[in-house]
Amino acid sequence: MVAVPDELRRTGFAATERRDAWWVAPLLQGTVLAVLITYANWAALQNANYRWGGYLSPLYSPLITISWLPLPPSLLILLPPVLFRATCYYYRKAYYRSYFLDPPACAVGELRGNRYRGETAFPLVLQNLHRYLFYITFLYLPFLWSDVVHATSFGGSFGVGIGTLVILANTTALTLYSFSCHSARHLIGGSLDCFSCSAGARARHAAWKGASVLNARHMLFAWVSFFTVCSADLYVRLVASGVIHDIRLL
Amino acid sequence: METVLKIFRGDGTAGAFRDYTVPLQPGMVVLDAVHWVQAHQASDLACRWNCKAGRCGSCSAEVNGKPRLMCMTRMDHFPPGEAITLAPMKAFPVLKDLVCDVSWNYGVNRRIPAFRPRPPEPDGTWRMQQDDIDRVQEFRKCIECFLCQDVCHVLRDHDRKDQFAGPRFLVRLAGLEMHPLDAASRTAHLKEEAGIGFCNITKCCTEVCPESIHITDNAIIPLKERVVDDFYDPLRRLWRRLRGTS
Ligand code: SF4
Ligand code: SF4
Ligand code: FES
Ligand code: FES
Repeated sequence: MVAVPDELRRTGFAATERRDAWWVAPLLQGTVLAVLITYANWAALQNANYRWGGYLSPLYSPLITISWLPLPPSLLILLPPVLFRATCYYYRKAYYRSYFLDPPACAVGELRGNRYRGETAFPLVLQNLHRYLFYITFLYLPFLWSDVVHATSFGGSFGVGIGTLVILANTTALTLYSFSCHSARHLIGGSLDCFSCSAGARARHAAWKGASVLNARHMLFAWVSFFTVCSADLYVRLVASGVIHDIRLL
Repeated sequence: METVLKIFRGDGTAGAFRDYTVPLQPGMVVLDAVHWVQAHQASDLACRWNCKAGRCGSCSAEVNGKPRLMCMTRMDHFPPGEAITLAPMKAFPVLKDLVCDVSWNYGVNRRIPAFRPRPPEPDGTWRMQQDDIDRVQEFRKCIECFLCQDVCHVLRDHDRKDQFAGPRFLVRLAGLEMHPLDAASRTAHLKEEAGIGFCNITKCCTEVCPESIHITDNAIIPLKERVVDDFYDPLRRLWRRLRGTS
Protein backbone atom coordinates (compact mmCIF):
# COMPACT_ATOMS: atom_id res chain seq x y z
CA MET A 1 0.00 0.00 0.00
CA VAL A 2 1.02 3.57 -0.51
CA ALA A 3 2.34 5.00 2.69
CA VAL A 4 0.47 8.29 2.73
CA PRO A 5 -0.76 9.64 6.05
CA ASP A 6 -4.51 9.45 6.63
CA GLU A 7 -4.71 13.19 7.13
CA LEU A 8 -3.55 13.63 3.58
CA ARG A 9 -5.08 10.71 1.77
CA ARG A 10 -8.79 11.17 2.17
CA THR A 11 -10.06 8.21 0.21
CA GLY A 12 -13.51 7.30 -0.97
CA PHE A 13 -15.93 8.71 -3.43
CA ALA A 14 -15.42 12.36 -4.37
CA ALA A 15 -12.54 12.83 -1.92
CA THR A 16 -10.39 15.65 -3.26
CA GLU A 17 -8.62 18.87 -2.34
CA ARG A 18 -9.78 20.43 -5.59
CA ARG A 19 -11.72 23.65 -5.05
CA ASP A 20 -13.18 24.10 -8.51
CA ALA A 21 -16.59 22.77 -9.55
CA TRP A 22 -15.07 19.51 -10.89
CA TRP A 23 -18.48 17.83 -10.93
CA VAL A 24 -20.03 20.21 -13.50
CA ALA A 25 -18.30 18.73 -16.58
CA PRO A 26 -19.11 15.03 -15.90
CA LEU A 27 -22.66 15.91 -14.87
CA LEU A 28 -23.32 18.04 -17.93
CA GLN A 29 -21.65 15.56 -20.26
CA GLY A 30 -23.56 12.61 -18.75
CA THR A 31 -26.88 14.46 -18.95
CA VAL A 32 -26.49 15.59 -22.55
CA LEU A 33 -25.34 12.11 -23.58
CA ALA A 34 -28.33 10.53 -21.83
CA VAL A 35 -30.73 12.92 -23.58
CA LEU A 36 -29.24 12.16 -27.01
CA ILE A 37 -29.23 8.38 -26.39
CA THR A 38 -32.84 8.47 -25.16
CA TYR A 39 -33.98 10.50 -28.15
CA ALA A 40 -32.18 8.22 -30.65
CA ASN A 41 -33.71 5.10 -29.07
CA TRP A 42 -37.18 6.61 -28.98
CA ALA A 43 -36.93 7.73 -32.61
CA ALA A 44 -35.60 4.36 -33.77
CA LEU A 45 -38.53 2.60 -32.11
CA GLN A 46 -41.18 4.79 -33.75
CA ASN A 47 -40.87 3.10 -37.14
CA ALA A 48 -42.91 5.93 -38.66
CA ASN A 49 -42.41 9.48 -39.94
CA TYR A 50 -38.80 8.82 -40.90
CA ARG A 51 -39.27 9.78 -44.52
CA TRP A 52 -40.66 12.78 -46.39
CA GLY A 53 -40.21 13.22 -50.14
CA GLY A 54 -36.49 12.72 -50.82
CA TYR A 55 -35.61 13.18 -47.15
CA LEU A 56 -34.69 10.13 -45.06
CA SER A 57 -33.86 10.18 -41.37
CA PRO A 58 -30.22 9.07 -40.80
CA LEU A 59 -31.45 6.78 -38.02
CA TYR A 60 -33.21 4.74 -40.72
CA SER A 61 -30.45 4.76 -43.34
CA PRO A 62 -29.80 2.56 -45.26
CA LEU A 63 -33.52 1.93 -45.47
CA ILE A 64 -34.51 -1.70 -45.18
CA THR A 65 -38.04 -2.92 -44.74
CA ILE A 66 -38.59 -6.42 -43.45
CA SER A 67 -42.27 -6.93 -42.75
CA TRP A 68 -41.96 -10.18 -40.78
CA LEU A 69 -39.41 -8.80 -38.33
CA PRO A 70 -40.92 -8.38 -34.84
CA LEU A 71 -38.72 -5.32 -34.19
CA PRO A 72 -38.45 -2.12 -36.22
CA PRO A 73 -35.66 -2.71 -38.81
CA SER A 74 -34.10 0.57 -37.75
CA LEU A 75 -32.91 -1.17 -34.60
CA LEU A 76 -30.92 -3.63 -36.73
CA ILE A 77 -29.53 -0.85 -38.90
CA LEU A 78 -28.54 1.13 -35.84
CA LEU A 79 -26.72 -1.68 -34.07
CA PRO A 80 -23.29 -1.23 -35.77
CA PRO A 81 -23.25 2.60 -35.40
CA VAL A 82 -24.36 2.27 -31.78
CA LEU A 83 -21.58 -0.21 -31.05
CA PHE A 84 -19.15 1.98 -33.02
CA ARG A 85 -19.92 4.86 -30.68
CA ALA A 86 -20.03 2.66 -27.59
CA THR A 87 -16.49 1.42 -28.28
CA CYS A 88 -15.18 4.79 -29.55
CA TYR A 89 -12.11 5.90 -27.62
CA TYR A 90 -13.66 9.30 -27.00
CA TYR A 91 -17.05 8.08 -25.81
CA ARG A 92 -15.30 5.54 -23.60
CA LYS A 93 -13.58 8.41 -21.83
CA ALA A 94 -16.91 10.23 -21.53
CA TYR A 95 -18.93 7.39 -20.07
CA TYR A 96 -16.15 5.98 -17.88
CA ARG A 97 -16.03 9.40 -16.29
CA SER A 98 -19.73 10.36 -16.23
CA TYR A 99 -21.42 6.99 -15.68
CA PHE A 100 -18.79 4.63 -14.23
CA LEU A 101 -17.27 7.51 -12.23
CA ASP A 102 -13.96 5.85 -12.86
CA PRO A 103 -12.69 8.52 -12.21
CA PRO A 104 -15.49 11.15 -11.96
CA ALA A 105 -12.82 13.82 -12.56
CA CYS A 106 -9.05 14.06 -12.34
CA ALA A 107 -7.62 13.77 -8.81
CA VAL A 108 -11.08 13.07 -7.39
CA GLY A 109 -11.72 9.85 -5.44
CA GLU A 110 -13.65 6.93 -6.90
CA LEU A 111 -16.35 4.53 -5.83
CA ARG A 112 -14.62 1.30 -6.70
CA GLY A 113 -11.58 -0.03 -4.93
CA ASN A 114 -9.79 -3.29 -5.55
CA ARG A 115 -12.03 -4.74 -8.24
CA TYR A 116 -10.78 -2.45 -10.98
CA ARG A 117 -9.73 -4.37 -14.12
CA GLY A 118 -9.77 -1.54 -16.65
CA GLU A 119 -10.07 -2.97 -20.15
CA THR A 120 -8.21 -6.18 -19.36
CA ALA A 121 -11.19 -8.47 -18.66
CA PHE A 122 -14.55 -9.36 -20.17
CA PRO A 123 -16.67 -7.47 -21.16
CA LEU A 124 -14.54 -4.33 -21.51
CA VAL A 125 -11.71 -6.23 -23.19
CA LEU A 126 -14.04 -6.32 -26.21
CA GLN A 127 -13.39 -2.59 -26.66
CA ASN A 128 -10.29 -3.83 -28.46
CA LEU A 129 -12.49 -4.79 -31.42
CA HIS A 130 -13.44 -1.17 -32.11
CA ARG A 131 -11.72 -1.31 -35.52
CA TYR A 132 -14.22 -3.88 -36.77
CA LEU A 133 -17.06 -1.50 -36.05
CA PHE A 134 -15.15 1.14 -37.94
CA TYR A 135 -14.94 -1.23 -40.94
CA ILE A 136 -18.70 -1.92 -40.82
CA THR A 137 -19.89 1.65 -40.25
CA PHE A 138 -17.54 2.88 -42.95
CA LEU A 139 -19.81 1.01 -45.38
CA TYR A 140 -22.69 3.24 -44.27
CA LEU A 141 -21.05 6.38 -45.61
CA PRO A 142 -21.90 5.81 -49.31
CA PHE A 143 -25.54 5.29 -48.31
CA LEU A 144 -25.53 8.48 -46.26
CA TRP A 145 -24.06 10.44 -49.16
CA SER A 146 -26.66 8.98 -51.50
CA ASP A 147 -29.28 10.21 -49.00
CA VAL A 148 -27.87 13.71 -49.54
CA VAL A 149 -28.33 13.31 -53.29
CA HIS A 150 -31.89 12.06 -52.78
CA ALA A 151 -32.58 15.01 -50.51
CA THR A 152 -32.02 17.30 -53.51
CA SER A 153 -34.79 15.64 -55.45
CA PHE A 154 -38.22 17.24 -55.20
CA GLY A 155 -40.72 15.30 -57.32
CA GLY A 156 -38.04 14.49 -59.86
CA SER A 157 -36.54 17.96 -60.16
CA PHE A 158 -33.48 19.36 -58.40
CA GLY A 159 -34.03 21.51 -55.36
CA VAL A 160 -32.63 22.45 -51.98
CA GLY A 161 -34.69 22.74 -48.85
CA ILE A 162 -33.78 23.27 -45.20
CA GLY A 163 -33.99 19.48 -44.91
CA THR A 164 -31.35 19.06 -47.64
CA LEU A 165 -28.96 21.24 -45.66
CA VAL A 166 -29.72 19.45 -42.40
CA ILE A 167 -29.04 16.07 -44.04
CA LEU A 168 -25.90 17.35 -45.76
CA ALA A 169 -24.58 18.75 -42.47
CA ASN A 170 -25.22 15.44 -40.77
CA THR A 171 -23.50 13.34 -43.42
CA THR A 172 -20.52 15.69 -43.38
CA ALA A 173 -20.30 15.45 -39.59
CA LEU A 174 -20.54 11.64 -39.67
CA THR A 175 -17.86 11.44 -42.36
CA LEU A 176 -15.52 13.64 -40.32
CA TYR A 177 -16.29 11.57 -37.21
CA SER A 178 -15.40 8.32 -39.07
CA PHE A 179 -12.22 9.64 -40.64
CA SER A 180 -11.01 11.08 -37.34
CA CYS A 181 -11.34 7.70 -35.58
CA HIS A 182 -8.25 6.51 -33.72
CA SER A 183 -8.47 3.04 -35.28
CA ALA A 184 -8.69 4.63 -38.73
CA ARG A 185 -5.62 6.73 -37.96
CA HIS A 186 -3.74 3.57 -36.99
CA LEU A 187 -4.95 1.68 -40.03
CA ILE A 188 -4.12 4.50 -42.44
CA GLY A 189 -0.50 4.85 -41.35
CA GLY A 190 -0.07 4.95 -37.58
CA SER A 191 1.02 1.32 -37.49
CA LEU A 192 4.17 2.09 -39.51
CA ASP A 193 7.49 2.75 -37.78
CA CYS A 194 9.23 4.13 -40.84
CA PHE A 195 7.31 6.63 -42.90
CA SER A 196 10.03 7.19 -45.50
CA CYS A 197 11.09 3.63 -46.24
CA SER A 198 8.99 3.06 -49.37
CA ALA A 199 6.71 4.91 -51.76
CA GLY A 200 3.71 3.16 -50.16
CA ALA A 201 4.85 4.24 -46.69
CA ARG A 202 5.27 7.83 -47.87
CA ALA A 203 1.72 7.85 -49.26
CA ARG A 204 0.40 6.40 -46.00
CA HIS A 205 2.36 9.02 -44.07
CA ALA A 206 0.60 11.78 -46.00
CA ALA A 207 -2.76 10.14 -45.27
CA TRP A 208 -1.80 9.68 -41.60
CA LYS A 209 -0.93 13.36 -41.29
CA GLY A 210 -4.39 14.23 -42.63
CA ALA A 211 -6.04 11.73 -40.30
CA SER A 212 -4.05 13.21 -37.39
CA VAL A 213 -5.39 16.69 -38.11
CA LEU A 214 -8.93 15.32 -37.99
CA ASN A 215 -8.14 13.06 -35.04
CA ALA A 216 -7.15 16.04 -32.91
CA ARG A 217 -10.80 17.17 -33.26
CA HIS A 218 -12.36 13.75 -32.73
CA MET A 219 -14.19 14.82 -29.57
CA LEU A 220 -15.73 17.76 -31.43
CA PHE A 221 -16.86 15.54 -34.32
CA ALA A 222 -18.23 12.97 -31.85
CA TRP A 223 -20.51 15.55 -30.25
CA VAL A 224 -21.43 17.46 -33.38
CA SER A 225 -22.31 14.29 -35.30
CA PHE A 226 -24.50 12.97 -32.46
CA PHE A 227 -26.35 16.30 -32.41
CA THR A 228 -26.73 16.37 -36.19
CA VAL A 229 -28.02 12.78 -36.34
CA CYS A 230 -30.71 13.58 -33.78
CA SER A 231 -31.54 16.96 -35.33
CA ALA A 232 -31.78 15.51 -38.86
CA ASP A 233 -34.14 12.81 -37.58
CA LEU A 234 -36.17 15.38 -35.65
CA TYR A 235 -36.44 17.65 -38.68
CA VAL A 236 -37.59 14.87 -41.02
CA ARG A 237 -39.96 13.61 -38.30
CA LEU A 238 -41.56 17.02 -37.75
CA VAL A 239 -41.96 17.61 -41.49
CA ALA A 240 -43.28 14.08 -42.14
CA SER A 241 -45.80 14.32 -39.32
CA GLY A 242 -46.98 17.73 -40.55
CA VAL A 243 -45.93 19.68 -37.46
CA ILE A 244 -43.72 21.99 -39.55
CA HIS A 245 -43.36 22.64 -43.29
CA ASP A 246 -40.08 22.28 -45.11
CA ILE A 247 -38.83 25.53 -46.59
CA ARG A 248 -37.58 25.30 -50.16
CA LEU A 249 -34.52 27.44 -50.69
CA LEU A 250 -33.86 26.62 -54.34
CA MET B 1 -0.90 41.77 0.03
CA GLU B 2 -0.55 38.48 1.83
CA THR B 3 -1.86 35.01 1.34
CA VAL B 4 -2.08 31.87 3.43
CA LEU B 5 -0.41 28.65 2.33
CA LYS B 6 -1.74 25.47 3.92
CA ILE B 7 1.25 23.19 3.58
CA PHE B 8 1.32 19.52 4.44
CA ARG B 9 3.89 18.84 7.12
CA GLY B 10 4.66 15.28 8.02
CA ASP B 11 6.07 12.02 6.79
CA GLY B 12 4.92 8.54 5.88
CA THR B 13 3.40 7.90 9.28
CA ALA B 14 1.64 11.09 10.32
CA GLY B 15 1.12 14.67 9.30
CA ALA B 16 -1.20 17.64 9.06
CA PHE B 17 -1.73 20.83 7.08
CA ARG B 18 -0.18 23.93 8.71
CA ASP B 19 -0.90 27.55 7.83
CA TYR B 20 1.84 29.97 6.75
CA THR B 21 1.20 33.60 5.87
CA VAL B 22 3.32 34.75 2.95
CA PRO B 23 3.72 38.29 1.47
CA LEU B 24 2.85 38.34 -2.24
CA GLN B 25 5.28 39.74 -4.83
CA PRO B 26 4.51 40.49 -8.48
CA GLY B 27 5.26 37.47 -10.69
CA MET B 28 5.61 35.17 -7.70
CA VAL B 29 5.19 31.43 -8.25
CA VAL B 30 4.19 28.82 -5.65
CA LEU B 31 7.80 27.63 -5.36
CA ASP B 32 8.86 31.20 -4.45
CA ALA B 33 6.27 31.18 -1.69
CA VAL B 34 7.56 27.86 -0.39
CA HIS B 35 11.09 29.25 -0.40
CA TRP B 36 9.87 32.28 1.53
CA VAL B 37 8.35 29.98 4.15
CA GLN B 38 11.63 28.04 4.34
CA ALA B 39 13.62 31.25 4.75
CA HIS B 40 11.38 32.95 7.31
CA GLN B 41 9.11 30.51 9.11
CA ALA B 42 10.06 26.86 8.73
CA SER B 43 13.66 26.13 7.83
CA ASP B 44 12.95 22.40 8.15
CA LEU B 45 10.24 22.43 5.43
CA ALA B 46 11.26 19.85 2.80
CA CYS B 47 10.64 20.42 -0.90
CA ARG B 48 12.43 19.23 -4.02
CA TRP B 49 13.44 21.62 -6.79
CA ASN B 50 16.31 22.30 -9.15
CA CYS B 51 15.72 24.54 -12.13
CA LYS B 52 12.77 26.80 -11.25
CA ALA B 53 12.08 26.84 -14.98
CA GLY B 54 9.81 23.86 -15.61
CA ARG B 55 12.72 21.83 -16.99
CA CYS B 56 13.89 19.41 -14.31
CA GLY B 57 10.56 17.99 -13.20
CA SER B 58 11.52 18.02 -9.52
CA CYS B 59 8.99 20.37 -7.94
CA SER B 60 5.82 18.33 -8.55
CA ALA B 61 3.12 18.72 -5.92
CA GLU B 62 -0.63 19.15 -5.58
CA VAL B 63 -1.74 22.75 -5.48
CA ASN B 64 -5.36 23.09 -4.42
CA GLY B 65 -5.72 19.40 -5.20
CA LYS B 66 -4.36 19.61 -8.75
CA PRO B 67 -1.04 18.03 -9.72
CA ARG B 68 1.25 20.86 -10.86
CA LEU B 69 4.84 22.03 -11.06
CA MET B 70 5.24 24.53 -8.20
CA CYS B 71 7.73 26.57 -10.21
CA MET B 72 5.31 27.03 -13.11
CA THR B 73 2.24 27.91 -11.05
CA ARG B 74 1.84 31.63 -10.49
CA MET B 75 0.35 32.85 -7.24
CA ASP B 76 -1.91 35.30 -9.13
CA HIS B 77 -3.55 32.25 -10.73
CA PHE B 78 -5.54 31.87 -7.49
CA PRO B 79 -8.28 34.16 -6.20
CA PRO B 80 -6.79 36.75 -3.80
CA GLY B 81 -7.56 36.23 -0.14
CA GLU B 82 -8.15 32.48 -0.44
CA ALA B 83 -5.77 30.07 1.25
CA ILE B 84 -3.79 27.81 -1.11
CA THR B 85 -3.41 24.13 -0.22
CA LEU B 86 -0.05 22.51 -0.95
CA ALA B 87 0.35 18.76 -0.63
CA PRO B 88 2.82 16.15 -1.86
CA MET B 89 1.79 13.84 -4.71
CA LYS B 90 -0.76 11.36 -3.44
CA ALA B 91 0.23 8.39 -5.55
CA PHE B 92 3.66 8.01 -3.95
CA PRO B 93 4.87 7.47 -0.38
CA VAL B 94 5.69 10.70 1.45
CA LEU B 95 9.26 11.01 2.69
CA LYS B 96 8.87 14.41 4.31
CA ASP B 97 6.49 17.34 3.77
CA LEU B 98 6.32 17.93 0.02
CA VAL B 99 8.90 15.31 -0.91
CA CYS B 100 7.81 11.89 -2.17
CA ASP B 101 9.64 8.66 -2.81
CA VAL B 102 9.28 8.22 -6.57
CA SER B 103 11.82 5.37 -6.84
CA TRP B 104 9.14 2.89 -7.96
CA ASN B 105 9.19 4.70 -11.30
CA TYR B 106 12.88 3.97 -11.86
CA GLY B 107 12.25 0.24 -11.42
CA VAL B 108 9.48 0.35 -14.03
CA ASN B 109 11.81 2.18 -16.39
CA ARG B 110 14.59 -0.39 -16.01
CA ARG B 111 12.29 -3.22 -17.08
CA ILE B 112 11.41 -1.63 -20.44
CA PRO B 113 13.10 -3.57 -23.30
CA ALA B 114 15.95 -1.36 -24.50
CA PHE B 115 16.35 0.22 -27.94
CA ARG B 116 17.57 -2.41 -30.42
CA PRO B 117 18.77 -0.85 -33.70
CA ARG B 118 18.05 -2.58 -36.97
CA PRO B 119 21.12 -3.65 -39.00
CA PRO B 120 23.05 -0.68 -40.38
CA GLU B 121 23.04 0.31 -44.04
CA PRO B 122 25.85 -0.97 -46.33
CA ASP B 123 28.06 1.98 -45.44
CA GLY B 124 27.77 1.04 -41.78
CA THR B 125 25.54 3.95 -40.77
CA TRP B 126 21.91 4.50 -39.90
CA ARG B 127 19.80 7.22 -41.51
CA MET B 128 16.47 8.62 -40.45
CA GLN B 129 14.30 11.28 -42.06
CA GLN B 130 12.76 14.12 -40.08
CA ASP B 131 9.32 12.84 -41.13
CA ASP B 132 10.07 9.58 -39.35
CA ILE B 133 11.00 11.09 -36.05
CA ASP B 134 8.59 14.04 -35.74
CA ARG B 135 6.18 11.71 -34.02
CA VAL B 136 8.63 10.35 -31.43
CA GLN B 137 10.15 13.75 -30.72
CA GLU B 138 6.96 14.75 -28.93
CA PHE B 139 7.62 11.96 -26.43
CA ARG B 140 11.17 13.17 -25.82
CA LYS B 141 9.81 16.39 -24.32
CA CYS B 142 9.01 14.48 -21.12
CA ILE B 143 10.75 15.97 -18.06
CA GLU B 144 9.86 13.02 -15.79
CA CYS B 145 7.91 15.13 -13.37
CA PHE B 146 5.61 12.13 -12.71
CA LEU B 147 2.55 14.36 -12.45
CA CYS B 148 0.82 12.06 -14.93
CA GLN B 149 1.69 9.06 -12.76
CA ASP B 150 0.29 10.92 -9.75
CA VAL B 151 -3.04 11.80 -11.34
CA CYS B 152 -3.62 8.44 -13.06
CA HIS B 153 -6.47 6.78 -11.19
CA VAL B 154 -5.04 3.30 -11.88
CA LEU B 155 -2.05 4.17 -9.68
CA ARG B 156 -3.61 6.82 -7.45
CA ASP B 157 -6.93 5.18 -6.51
CA HIS B 158 -6.49 1.54 -7.49
CA ASP B 159 -2.83 1.31 -6.49
CA ARG B 160 -1.96 -1.10 -9.32
CA LYS B 161 1.75 -0.38 -9.26
CA ASP B 162 2.43 -4.09 -9.56
CA GLN B 163 0.41 -4.37 -12.80
CA PHE B 164 0.51 -1.00 -14.56
CA ALA B 165 3.52 1.02 -15.71
CA GLY B 166 1.62 4.32 -15.80
CA PRO B 167 1.38 7.00 -18.50
CA ARG B 168 4.96 8.27 -18.23
CA PHE B 169 6.31 4.88 -19.20
CA LEU B 170 3.72 4.32 -21.88
CA VAL B 171 5.07 7.55 -23.37
CA ARG B 172 8.61 6.16 -23.19
CA LEU B 173 7.46 2.87 -24.69
CA ALA B 174 5.75 4.74 -27.51
CA GLY B 175 8.99 6.59 -28.26
CA LEU B 176 10.83 3.28 -28.60
CA GLU B 177 8.07 1.32 -30.31
CA MET B 178 7.52 3.95 -33.02
CA HIS B 179 11.22 4.66 -33.53
CA PRO B 180 12.16 4.21 -37.20
CA LEU B 181 15.45 2.46 -36.39
CA ASP B 182 14.26 0.19 -33.61
CA ALA B 183 13.81 -3.47 -34.45
CA ALA B 184 12.36 -4.79 -31.16
CA SER B 185 8.66 -5.41 -30.53
CA ARG B 186 7.32 -4.35 -27.16
CA THR B 187 3.67 -5.28 -27.61
CA ALA B 188 3.95 -8.34 -25.34
CA HIS B 189 5.62 -6.17 -22.70
CA LEU B 190 2.89 -3.55 -23.14
CA LYS B 191 0.12 -6.07 -22.69
CA GLU B 192 1.56 -8.14 -19.87
CA GLU B 193 4.07 -6.20 -17.85
CA ALA B 194 3.13 -2.59 -18.57
CA GLY B 195 -0.58 -3.51 -18.29
CA ILE B 196 -1.77 -1.09 -20.97
CA GLY B 197 -5.27 -2.61 -20.71
CA PHE B 198 -5.63 -1.05 -17.25
CA CYS B 199 -5.65 2.41 -18.81
CA ASN B 200 -9.24 3.37 -19.55
CA ILE B 201 -8.17 6.39 -21.63
CA THR B 202 -9.84 8.90 -19.33
CA LYS B 203 -7.09 11.41 -20.18
CA CYS B 204 -6.20 12.87 -16.78
CA CYS B 205 -2.53 12.31 -17.62
CA THR B 206 -2.89 14.50 -20.71
CA GLU B 207 -4.67 17.19 -18.68
CA VAL B 208 -1.81 17.60 -16.19
CA CYS B 209 1.26 17.14 -18.41
CA PRO B 210 3.30 20.39 -18.14
CA GLU B 211 4.98 19.58 -21.46
CA SER B 212 1.58 19.32 -23.20
CA ILE B 213 2.41 15.86 -24.52
CA HIS B 214 -0.74 14.31 -26.01
CA ILE B 215 -0.15 11.27 -23.84
CA THR B 216 -3.46 9.53 -24.48
CA ASP B 217 -4.07 10.39 -28.13
CA ASN B 218 -0.54 10.12 -29.47
CA ALA B 219 1.10 7.52 -27.21
CA ILE B 220 -1.40 5.31 -25.36
CA ILE B 221 -4.14 4.86 -27.96
CA PRO B 222 -1.70 4.13 -30.83
CA LEU B 223 0.03 1.62 -28.55
CA LYS B 224 -3.33 0.04 -27.67
CA GLU B 225 -3.97 -0.33 -31.41
CA ARG B 226 -0.59 -2.03 -31.85
CA VAL B 227 -1.42 -4.43 -29.02
CA VAL B 228 -4.75 -5.15 -30.76
CA ASP B 229 -2.81 -5.92 -33.98
CA ASP B 230 -0.73 -8.54 -32.21
CA PHE B 231 -3.12 -10.00 -29.64
CA TYR B 232 -6.81 -9.24 -30.17
CA ASP B 233 -7.51 -8.85 -33.89
CA PRO B 234 -8.99 -12.22 -35.01
CA LEU B 235 -8.44 -11.63 -38.74
CA ARG B 236 -4.81 -10.71 -38.27
CA ARG B 237 -4.37 -13.79 -36.10
CA LEU B 238 -5.87 -15.94 -38.84
CA TRP B 239 -3.67 -14.27 -41.43
CA ARG B 240 -0.56 -14.92 -39.35
CA ARG B 241 -1.57 -18.53 -38.91
CA LEU B 242 -2.15 -18.98 -42.65
CA ARG B 243 1.26 -17.50 -43.40
CA GLY B 244 2.82 -19.55 -40.63
CA THR B 245 4.22 -16.48 -38.91
CA SER B 246 2.40 -16.74 -35.58
S1 SF4 C 1 -5.63 8.02 -19.72
FE1 SF4 C 1 -4.90 6.05 -18.91
S2 SF4 C 1 -2.82 6.42 -18.25
FE2 SF4 C 1 -3.79 8.44 -18.54
S3 SF4 C 1 -4.54 8.96 -16.50
FE3 SF4 C 1 -6.22 7.95 -17.58
S4 SF4 C 1 -6.08 5.78 -17.03
FE4 SF4 C 1 -4.11 6.73 -16.48
S1 SF4 D 1 4.63 12.70 -19.68
FE1 SF4 D 1 4.30 14.83 -19.02
S2 SF4 D 1 3.34 14.64 -16.99
FE2 SF4 D 1 4.24 12.65 -17.47
S3 SF4 D 1 6.24 12.66 -16.55
FE3 SF4 D 1 6.51 13.35 -18.68
S4 SF4 D 1 6.34 15.57 -18.59
FE4 SF4 D 1 5.56 14.81 -16.64
S1 FES E 1 -14.88 6.44 -33.53
FE1 FES E 1 -13.98 7.38 -31.82
S2 FES E 1 -12.09 6.38 -31.79
FE2 FES E 1 -13.02 5.35 -33.42
S1 FES F 1 12.05 23.27 -10.23
FE1 FES F 1 12.51 22.25 -12.11
S2 FES F 1 10.57 21.88 -12.88
FE2 FES F 1 10.12 23.05 -11.15
